[in-house]
Amino acid sequence: MGEDDAHGDEVHAKIADLVDGILAGEQRALARAITHIENRSPGHRTLISRLHEHAGSAAVIGVTGAPGAGKSTLVDKLAATYRERGDTVGVVAVDPSSPYTGGAVLGDRIRMGSNVGDMEVFFRSMSARGRLGGLSTATADTVTALDAFGKDVVIIETVGAGQNEVDIVRTAPTVAVLVQPGSGDDVQTLKAGILEIGDVFVVNKADTDGVERPVAELEEMVHRRQGATVGLDVGHHGSGALGMNAHGTDGADVREEVADDPTGEAPSWTPKVLRTVGTTGEGVAELIETFDAHTGYLRDSGALAERTHRRYAEEIRTLVRADLGALATDEIERRGGIDELAERVRKRETDPYTVANEIVDPIARCIERDNG
Amino acid sequence: MSAEQEKRAIRCLVAKVGLDGHDRGAHVIARAFRDAGFEVVYSGLHRAPGEIVQAAVQEDVDVLGISILSGAHNTLVPKVIEGLKEYGAFEDTLIVVGGIIPDDDKAELKELGVAEVFGPGTPMEETIEFIREHVPERA
Repeated sequence: MGEDDAHGDEVHAKIADLVDGILAGEQRALARAITHIENRSPGHRTLISRLHEHAGSAAVIGVTGAPGAGKSTLVDKLAATYRERGDTVGVVAVDPSSPYTGGAVLGDRIRMGSNVGDMEVFFRSMSARGRLGGLSTATADTVTALDAFGKDVVIIETVGAGQNEVDIVRTAPTVAVLVQPGSGDDVQTLKAGILEIGDVFVVNKADTDGVERPVAELEEMVHRRQGATVGLDVGHHGSGALGMNAHGTDGADVREEVADDPTGEAPSWTPKVLRTVGTTGEGVAELIETFDAHTGYLRDSGALAERTHRRYAEEIRTLVRADLGALATDEIERRGGIDELAERVRKRETDPYTVANEIVDPIARCIERDNG
Repeated sequence: MSAEQEKRAIRCLVAKVGLDGHDRGAHVIARAFRDAGFEVVYSGLHRAPGEIVQAAVQEDVDVLGISILSGAHNTLVPKVIEGLKEYGAFEDTLIVVGGIIPDDDKAELKELGVAEVFGPGTPMEETIEFIREHVPERA
């Protein structure tokens, strides 16, 4: 928290106001807090620290898929359907930013036609801003803010499928992968990546021709995978079951082992394949039932705690790495900047290893002194 | 971390209000803003003032650009401004209006709190420059 001391009382007071506003349910405070998070403004860490204790109760759903698969339209219908049963909803929709200007057109909001005027749906567009690994952090922190605000459900809509959605998976315990008919070849090529992150596969635009093929292919993939790697099933976001055993935790892992037995009654999850029509809302109620079932499975099997644990472990690592990287960047600047150092190496006055040692040594010595 | 870089971007909402269905101009503006490095949320067509307010508040935009070609600006713009005030978002949002606005109405809109009105033929650079200069300094 030392970072904020430097910025004085003004920042402290502002962050306190934002936190109070969010806990009091003020839209403006939430909106402003998310801007802080996005901009990594002074005090944003204190903000998240303060909000963390109030978060943790929202069901977080990730929606991903190729561009044009119908993510935004489906998210709109999902939000409306959740609202019908009385749940409040937060949506974070990420769109790509220009690698040249940093600018972005955030168009997901256009599809939110079913929820206009309903302030209980908080919809926020976010630019990927080309951050190095930072997208996941800003998204995760925004989810924390929406959660602390009191949203029952938080939906994360990713950019069109690429490599980013692996990050999203870490943030959302339940992930829906959208596929549209006519993309059979895409399904083939995406198999390896997508099968690993989907808890639910949604064949959207199911009112168009050719819907049977992707449904059949996905069903086949899901079941073939299950047959081939039964033991890994519960940990399909990673090394779930293995991780549990390694941690030597309570009975949850025992139940998961039982789940390997096809006759067992213990909770296990086979990814579901559903059909929806985003434009009409057909199939959306079933999709939400499936999300509920998955949430229930996560809770009962202990997988939720295990996943959350793993996510925070990853988050701590990311933060520490980023902070240490920033310290190193400062140190490089103090020594004349990267260009001068590189030039000295080019002229054979020194070598990369010596330079790196000179930069890291003072940091390492501080750590040693602290521990000694 | 003091070393962590703060990364700000100018966030804009390009909004079409009311029954006017001409959005070519709004599209051109949205793309020009994007190319200027802004983050642009586009509202889509036929939005009610309340929807614009909801979007402006939740998206926490620095700039609200309202495009109106229907002549209903005297009814619609005040409603948007009223809504922004209700959510405490009026003070630090730069409001600009684009479209066909008679001179008399321009003065009236400015009195209400519109920062500038851009008519047909305004060079894009002028609009972008105006925004860069006047975007509210927020802490």
